[in-house]
Amino acid sequence: MADVGFVADFSGALFWEEQSLLVVSDLHLEKGSSFAAHGVLLPPYDTVATLSRLAAVIARHDPRQVIALGDSFHDRDAHARLSEPDREALAALQVRRNWIWISGNHDPALPTNLGGVVATEVAIGPIVFRHEPTGAAGEIAGHLHPKARVPTRGRSIERRCFASDGERAVMPAFGAYTGGLSIRDAAFARIFGSPGFMAHVLGDNRVHAFVASRCY
Amino acid sequence: MSTLDLFSVTPSETADLLPRRFRDWFASRGWSPREHQLALLAKAREERSALLIAPTGAGKTLAGFLPTLVELSGEGFTRDDSSHLPLKGGGRHARGRASATERDGWGSAAGTEQAAAPHPNPPPFRGREPDQFASGEASGLEKARPTLISTGRGVRRSSGLHTLYISPLKALAVDIARNLETPVAEIGLPIKIETRTGDTPVSRRQRQRRYPPDILLTTPEQLALLLASDDAPFLFSSLKRIVLDELHALVTSKRGDLLSLGLARLWTIAPQARAIGLSATVAEPEQLARFLVPQPGGESVSADVVIAGGAAPPVVEMLDTRERLPWSGHSARHALPEVYELIKRNKTTLVFVNTRSQAEMLFQDLWRMNDDGLAIALHHGSLDVAQRRKVEDAMAAGRLRGVVCTSSLDLGVDWGDVDLVINIGAPKGSSRLMQRIGRANHRFDEASRAVLVPANRFEVLECRVAIDAIAENAQDTPPLRSGALDVLAQHVLGCACGKPFLSDELYGEVRTAAPYASLARTDFDDVVDFVATGGYALKTYERFARIKQDKQGRWRVTNPKVRQSYRLNVGTIVEETMLKVRLVRSRAGGSGSTGAIARGGRMLGEIEEVFIEGLVPADTFVFGGEVVRYEALVEDQVYVSRANDKDAKVPSYMGGKFPLSTYLAERVRKLLDNSRAWNGLPDQVHDWLSLQRKFSRVPAVRELLVETFPRGGSHYLVCYPFEGRLAHQTLGMLLTRRLERARARPLGFVANEYALAVWGVGDLSFMIRHGKLDLNALFDPDMLGDDLEAWLAESALMKRTFRNCAIISGLIARRFTDEEKSRRQVLFSTDLIYDVLRKHQADHVLLRAARGDAATGLLDLRRLSDMLSRIHGRITHKDLDHVSPLAVPALLEIGRESVYGEASDELLAEAAEELVREATT
Repeated sequence: MADVGFVADFSGALFWEEQSLLVVSDLHLEKGSSFAAHGVLLPPYDTVATLSRLAAVIARHDPRQVIALGDSFHDRDAHARLSEPDREALAALQVRRNWIWISGNHDPALPTNLGGVVATEVAIGPIVFRHEPTGAAGEIAGHLHPKARVPTRGRSIERRCFASDGERAVMPAFGAYTGGLSIRDAAFARIFGSPGFMAHVLGDNRVHAFVASRCY
Repeated sequence: MSTLDLFSVTPSETADLLPRRFRDWFASRGWSPREHQLALLAKAREERSALLIAPTGAGKTLAGFLPTLVELSGEGFTRDDSSHLPLKGGGRHARGRASATERDGWGSAAGTEQAAAPHPNPPPFRGREPDQFASGEASGLEKARPTLISTGRGVRRSSGLHTLYISPLKALAVDIARNLETPVAEIGLPIKIETRTGDTPVSRRQRQRRYPPDILLTTPEQLALLLASDDAPFLFSSLKRIVLDELHALVTSKRGDLLSLGLARLWTIAPQARAIGLSATVAEPEQLARFLVPQPGGESVSADVVIAGGAAPPVVEMLDTRERLPWSGHSARHALPEVYELIKRNKTTLVFVNTRSQAEMLFQDLWRMNDDGLAIALHHGSLDVAQRRKVEDAMAAGRLRGVVCTSSLDLGVDWGDVDLVINIGAPKGSSRLMQRIGRANHRFDEASRAVLVPANRFEVLECRVAIDAIAENAQDTPPLRSGALDVLAQHVLGCACGKPFLSDELYGEVRTAAPYASLARTDFDDVVDFVATGGYALKTYERFARIKQDKQGRWRVTNPKVRQSYRLNVGTIVEETMLKVRLVRSRAGGSGSTGAIARGGRMLGEIEEVFIEGLVPADTFVFGGEVVRYEALVEDQVYVSRANDKDAKVPSYMGGKFPLSTYLAERVRKLLDNSRAWNGLPDQVHDWLSLQRKFSRVPAVRELLVETFPRGGSHYLVCYPFEGRLAHQTLGMLLTRRLERARARPLGFVANEYALAVWGVGDLSFMIRHGKLDLNALFDPDMLGDDLEAWLAESALMKRTFRNCAIISGLIARRFTDEEKSRRQVLFSTDLIYDVLRKHQADHVLLRAARGDAATGLLDLRRLSDMLSRIHGRITHKDLDHVSPLAVPALLEIGRESVYGEASDELLAEAAEELVREATT
């Protein structure tokens, strides 16, 4: 993308080798407890599940820098509800790494005590990282939680995916409880124009590329 | 011996049982009370609960209500003479005395002390003007159904609710109420009858709580709602009788679990109440009768069983078609001209099919050949309620010659004039078929007539054994369920919404319900913990608790929102997720495949999400009576275009909800094993089996026949367990995993009710011949260990099962208050919860509930497990050069049935490659 080579990891993370930069989007930590506060007692294991998947992809690529591309926490107070073990697990991931929290609509006012720095957007070379996509060239964003349904032999399979046309990209949500929005939704048309963009669909152990128009 | 010997009731006793007015009424109609009706009166007098087993048309409903009517008549066996009511005048005369003043007086007096006080001597006849009544009668069922106005509407009683009637169908409750009006009005009984359903206006619901009618007719869900309120003790403490209609149908589902828990509540609130169960014939009446009495713990207790005799055995035949019998498929299209002839020759015919889409197709086909303009209608569960009602009314009025229907008409009111039942396709079970046949000719002592129309050769075998089973009156209803934990969770929350409860007491009460009689205390405590804070090992939700204990240890709800949410979400029927179907212009034409789909479009109706997930764009299917082409799915909208094809590519046979019963399967195996019995089969089927014997082998009763053969570049393995599609599907999943490990490189499988076919790249015959594949090991019951666990982790069917449990247990709401709707933007994927929970707390109570369901539900694990033990060491392998006659039907289903493969990288990679190939060639 924009002459930069990225690796789309099957976990939903993006790796920029030259920069040793790993990007994850929409972790939505403490989504479970956020629902619990409203009487929906979802299993309180989403944070630990998300962090352990994050730990796994960090172990695979051992990046020097990590960007959390917004909506890292499900609500404004979510960071305060992190359990002590989860807080420690997060801190362990941050050791010897530049960690950048980009704020999103769910977590617009992140505190400074989470380790790393907080920013609204980050530009590295030709690439801009921000939470909400604007459609600008060279932009990598999240927010929309893209997913794609792929027709296969006998049935169709629905998975999260990266959406990209080589000029801009929207990352899949990484959080354990994050649902998705079909890439055929009008929101993606606004960013990419025609559905000629690609969906890089997350498989169990690899990523599969499809023209978005062939997904639904 | 609790089965009543009907002949032990002497004539003088029966005379005592039935007050004179009732006897006169029977006589005025030219009837005499049936023995089982009197038997139930005798049981009532002895204060015994009873289960009445009777076929349709035996006057079951009246039997169930007779004790109530006699008791409320004021001259029953339990009241003393001083309460006798004046008997002057006939019903019509007396009714005429109801003056406007009296009726108005009743209306305005509601709520005053005087109205609530016991009426010293209630005038027996009140209610509608005679002419009003008469016009209702005269117009009969031609007219829209009259609103229910109880004859006893003006009656005020201090004694409170006397009888509670529970029906599985809302419409049935309303019909029964109306039917009860006839004897009540004609005998002139001062009885107030009311219904309570989801449609009952709020004002009447409130009035019912304060001034309960004598008889309340309702559904299991409404009972749960009534019990989950503070005034439940006031409402139910006077209860004398509980009448449970269509009990055989209720107890097979989670609704039965919910009802059983409601009964347990009632037995606590009203220990004097006695139950009467009304049921079609079942395999184990004693077991079903346990449902009707509190279980004392440890031992098992049953209500008395009364079996109505004297019904004429039905006359059932199989259509001996002049056409060629298809090898596979379920449409029975070959026989439609003959079906049409049958409809033409009879007065009113019910044509039963197994699935909604079959009903759609059949209806469409019949309509095409309907040159005589016969009045034929369609009735199935996803049609609009008003539409269904219209069909039922036309039916009752005798205006229809035929109705194509699904199990939506298995239950319901009796229509007297059906003279033929046609069952298209597989009968599935003998009891089920008998109940359907019972829909024809509801005159008890005349034989019902039915014609079975098998849609393929295997179904001929199934029809043959079903006819034999009916001749022997052999029943195959499933055994009583053990109560589900998700339903218990809903009930526990409901209890907390009412009067606060103590765990010990509620545990004791719950165990009086037959399905929960052996509930472990730990399971109960886990459920309470789940209701309170989610039941998680990680205790982080204490502050969000939905129910909390007070100082005395009583559990109560923490806030009114919890109560509100419970009320909105009560019930155990989880509808499939439905998608809206919209008709747009095809994009296959001018605009090319890359264009966006035209949005908007005319709304055609709704369809199950699971069905759509099985399709790929450009597949055609029948919907709303026409063939459409699947274009795209966006959000909850399915876009389809009009297809020009006459036949749909996807027959949309969804497998049917009911698998072939174990009992009929056993009989089919026996029939196959006994070649002398083949003579009773149509020639085409006889020849087919003889060919199979010649080329391969016909499976013996106890063995599993496995055939392997090459075909069209692939290698096939076909086996014949006869255990139903669901169990075969699960077996297919597990076998392909094992074959993958054995490097046989399986590509897919297809299952039908009788057989399973797996195909792949590896030469299975060669592997077996050279000891590289051991069939006994392949089919070893140990596949239900690790292989099953690994598969369950990703199985879409298991995730659906879990979703249902999450909804029923109240973890996830289906319906929201207005306030909640505004922040509902995030609809929750239960698949994600399943994945996380399974990984972090595999023994969570909801996962246990889901596994319990998997034993009998979509995965049918218990049946698979029984089969694997049955055939262990009894596998016969046939190494063939080509496909065998018996395997043809299974192979023909390939491509028509969706393959429930795993959502694996292989499938995605294959799809990606396919697209590349398309793009580069």
